[in-house]
Amino acid sequence: MIPAPLHIAGERLMLDPMGILAWPARRSLVVSDLHLEKGSHFAARGAFVPPYDTRETLSKLALAVRRHRPARLILLGDSFHDAGGCERMAPADCAALGRILASVEETVWVLGNHDPVAPPGLPGLALHLLADGPLTFRHEADPRGPRPGAGGEVSGHFHPKATLATRAGGITRPCFATDARRVILPAFGAYTGGLDVRDPALGGLFPRGGRVFLLGTDRLFSVPLPPMRRRAELPA
Amino acid sequence: MGTLPEPFAGWFAARGWTPRPHQLALWEAARAGESALLVAPTGGGKTLAGFLPTLVELHEAPREGLHTLYVSPLKALAVDIARNLMDPVQEMGLPIRIETRTGDTPQNRRARQRETPPEILLTTPESLAVLLANPDAPGLFAGLRSVVVDEAHAMAGTKRGDQLSLLMARLDALAPGLRRVGLSATVAHPEALRAWLSPTARAEDVRFVLGRGGAEPVMDLMLPEGHLPWGGHMGIASAPGILARIGGAGVTIVFVNTRAQAELIFAALWKLNDANLPIALHHGSLQIEQRRKVEAAMAAGKLRAVVATASLDLGIDWGAVDQVIQVGAPKGVSRLLQRIGRANHRMDEPSRAVLVPANRFEVIECVAATEAVRAHELDGDAPRPGGLDVLAQHILAIACQAPFHPDDLYAEVTRAGAYATLTRRDFDDVLRFVEDGGYALRAYDRFRRLFRDSEGMVHVRDLRVARQARMNLGTIVDTPMLKVRLRGGPVLGEVEEWFASTLEPGHCFIFAGQTLRYEGIDALTMVVTRGGEGEPRVPAYAGARLPLSTNLSFRVRSILADPKRWRALPEPVRDWLRLQQRRSELPQRDGMLVEVFPKGGRWFMVAYCFEGRLAHQTLGMLVTKRMERLGYGPMGYLGTDYVLATWSAFEPDDPERLFEEDILGEELEEWIAESSMLRRTFRNIATIAGLIEKNHPGQEKSGRQMTMNSDLIYDVLRKYEPDHILLRATRAEAAHGLTDVGRIATLLSRIKGAIRVRRLDRVSPLAVPALIEEGREWVAGGAEDALLAEAAALVDEATGGAEHFADVLAEVTEGVRVRSGVVDRPRRENRRRPPARRVSRSARGLAT
Repeated sequence: MIPAPLHIAGERLMLDPMGILAWPARRSLVVSDLHLEKGSHFAARGAFVPPYDTRETLSKLALAVRRHRPARLILLGDSFHDAGGCERMAPADCAALGRILASVEETVWVLGNHDPVAPPGLPGLALHLLADGPLTFRHEADPRGPRPGAGGEVSGHFHPKATLATRAGGITRPCFATDARRVILPAFGAYTGGLDVRDPALGGLFPRGGRVFLLGTDRLFSVPLPPMRRRAELPA
Repeated sequence: MGTLPEPFAGWFAARGWTPRPHQLALWEAARAGESALLVAPTGGGKTLAGFLPTLVELHEAPREGLHTLYVSPLKALAVDIARNLMDPVQEMGLPIRIETRTGDTPQNRRARQRETPPEILLTTPESLAVLLANPDAPGLFAGLRSVVVDEAHAMAGTKRGDQLSLLMARLDALAPGLRRVGLSATVAHPEALRAWLSPTARAEDVRFVLGRGGAEPVMDLMLPEGHLPWGGHMGIASAPGILARIGGAGVTIVFVNTRAQAELIFAALWKLNDANLPIALHHGSLQIEQRRKVEAAMAAGKLRAVVATASLDLGIDWGAVDQVIQVGAPKGVSRLLQRIGRANHRMDEPSRAVLVPANRFEVIECVAATEAVRAHELDGDAPRPGGLDVLAQHILAIACQAPFHPDDLYAEVTRAGAYATLTRRDFDDVLRFVEDGGYALRAYDRFRRLFRDSEGMVHVRDLRVARQARMNLGTIVDTPMLKVRLRGGPVLGEVEEWFASTLEPGHCFIFAGQTLRYEGIDALTMVVTRGGEGEPRVPAYAGARLPLSTNLSFRVRSILADPKRWRALPEPVRDWLRLQQRRSELPQRDGMLVEVFPKGGRWFMVAYCFEGRLAHQTLGMLVTKRMERLGYGPMGYLGTDYVLATWSAFEPDDPERLFEEDILGEELEEWIAESSMLRRTFRNIATIAGLIEKNHPGQEKSGRQMTMNSDLIYDVLRKYEPDHILLRATRAEAAHGLTDVGRIATLLSRIKGAIRVRRLDRVSPLAVPALIEEGREWVAGGAEDALLAEAAALVDEATGGAEHFADVLAEVTEGVRVRSGVVDRPRRENRRRPPARRVSRSARGLAT
């Protein structure tokens, strides 16, 4: 695993190829969009996708926490796919999640659109927005962006992915999308799809372009993100 | 053989016709209550033969209710047949109603058809599946006497054929004694087709009727004027000749192999079309209304030519087509014959066809195909066993109709030809999958779609499940596409998402016969305007090209190996082969020639395997892995239909060891599991089986995406339950199809001890066409990370890490060949690996 350093608002952040962000100065690990129990949500509607997504997501999360040993775990929202997700979790998965949360000193649940209330019965602080020093942590990026000189923003929500043209065709991977003032994390959950960074809803957040970091098996692949016009300016 | 009763005999006589022997033979079979398969070339009143027994029966004993069901693979064909059948029915005043039912049939007519069904209903497998998934199906089909399956050869062995096979088994249960009639073009495996059609899955229970062959087709070979191209598959150089042929005939169909080629040939023809001959374009990615318009114009005789892909291989009998032009190598004999048969549906006159090879290798293939057509030697695989995904869909649909007992349903399903060899274990696993997903971790018990009562009968849970199931019937799965819409105008068709992702606003491309400028993406639509500057690109579509068939491969090898047979080849090709004889040698028919030569600081190895592109791509991965182990330092490989080419840092001094049979080992399994081909296969299977929904109630309104990316499901399932029924189905299907492992095995055993190695000081004449093949053909399988690293490095190198990647990448990557890396290589090794070198257009340079 080769993390890539990223400097935002004077802070040194590390982008990890697992799709997570570490903030060494504050011993914090940031993970976004776990979408736990998405599989059972689909099953309830009659699409029996394999019931192993929560197990897979949590085992990856446990590995990330073991590797980075953070004091604080910041979950950037949509941790559960829906409000009933926490209750549907299998006992073994509940226990696994409990062990992860017990291994850190503090958990912050930033609330997202899929999980607008704090998960019942789990430790940690539930917030709509976490401001810490020069950085703001929120589920969905503020379209107005951080004010110039007013620090940086770390968010999730969009599940960014990007396609890189190679000589064997396009290869699509989840990615970090960044510019000098904001970083949007890829979704961490096993069943989370993605939104192309060129989609106006996402690309429009980087009007002057930026850089994307595609997730590889053990490193990131960085390519520039061209400037995008905002959605409103797109030809009808 | 009897004679037809009145008014039928009189009707034939009034037209100056006599019933053809095969028409009478089908009538005889019907009177004996037997099912029958009619195999006959196009023309010759095949369709009438299928319906004649029905018409006679309904004339002799008029009755109400559904009597005959006609199933065709094409909606348009059903509509057309209905029209044609009306003529004799009206002229003889028969009391018969004929109606169609397809996805386009309006809701009120569907309801009416249920209440007062017509005597003859023409439909497609998908619409029949919907009819049978309704609780009122037993009443509707109770009096059914006959099922006519048109173009049976095109359905057997496909998923739609699997579905139809199961549906017919269900119809049998609802209407015992039902007759089946199959109508088919000439096929390589008539016995297997009989078994597929049979109500007992046994071939002998279907009477076989062979129609008299029509006149032999007349085939010409046309080469471009001047220089005969070394490479390329598009055949653009022949556009003037093609246009001249169009001008010299009444109506022409110009068949090509891919949609991209259709666009290019169409553009090339119109560039020259000073006489403004009405020439149209037809391929599967064009908007359906546009295609219907072209078909209608063709039927009305308003067109002189249509440039078409396989989208016109089957379909309406236009009668008036005077010639067929096949541009590019035909790849298979049966397909060529089918296409040739589209010209002139009158049996006693020969069909006329012109073959237009795009390069010199294709000349040999065209000659081989011509000989095979003359020898009546067809190709194509026998229908494979039915897919488990289709079975899953069927089980749910049957449960929506009525409760069933698993033992009874298993017995019914194994009477379907496609499922005769289905094991009880697979059946039970599929049933469990339908019930609750069938996972070892029984997490979804409370969401069951089916439940069993105390007598073991299986019921569908509720109306919501049934409704959802009916919305997702059918086995046609589309790849993710983006609609292409003119700004402020209509939708023109669709392109693959991947192609759109390589465009930047302002780029232009050719689509739907015009040059379009890319403006942007709005939701799921690509917005374009007309015009645009610069060199336009052409959208490509995955899986568009068929690989060279085994039979044709054998004939090509036979011609190459035997100079006496070169008389059939044009002079430039003979010169080329003679040059090869002098510089190297010719591949033998049963062995394999391997050439090794240095070029541009690396070693090339060209193996003349002739097993088709798919097999060569898989083989390339295996061979380069072995090269790595032997220390040759492989850098890349390329598979064409004819050869496998590799390039490496060091000389492959022992090529025989690269083609030993033990290369088909565990690595292959691993690679196949990771390959994008298997993922695509899984996606289709998961969709058909109902794991991924195509449609969900309310989806149209909310516009929200309700489905999940199949790759994510695949990865999780493979990790936690590798033996799940859907993964078993995926592996079984891949072994038959996309990876062509079977052909590699055959090749390796055929060439054992018969490999001839030639060490040359430069590229041989025969190798040139392969080495100028386009780089886009290169497929890396599991090496995605290596490709990403290479592309990212190239962007950095080309832009200093500053500019925008999409602008430059297309140019930079073209013709570049770098080491074929392997995913998950330990980091230390990564460091030792020399940095990827750029080799600008190395392959292109070889041609000159």
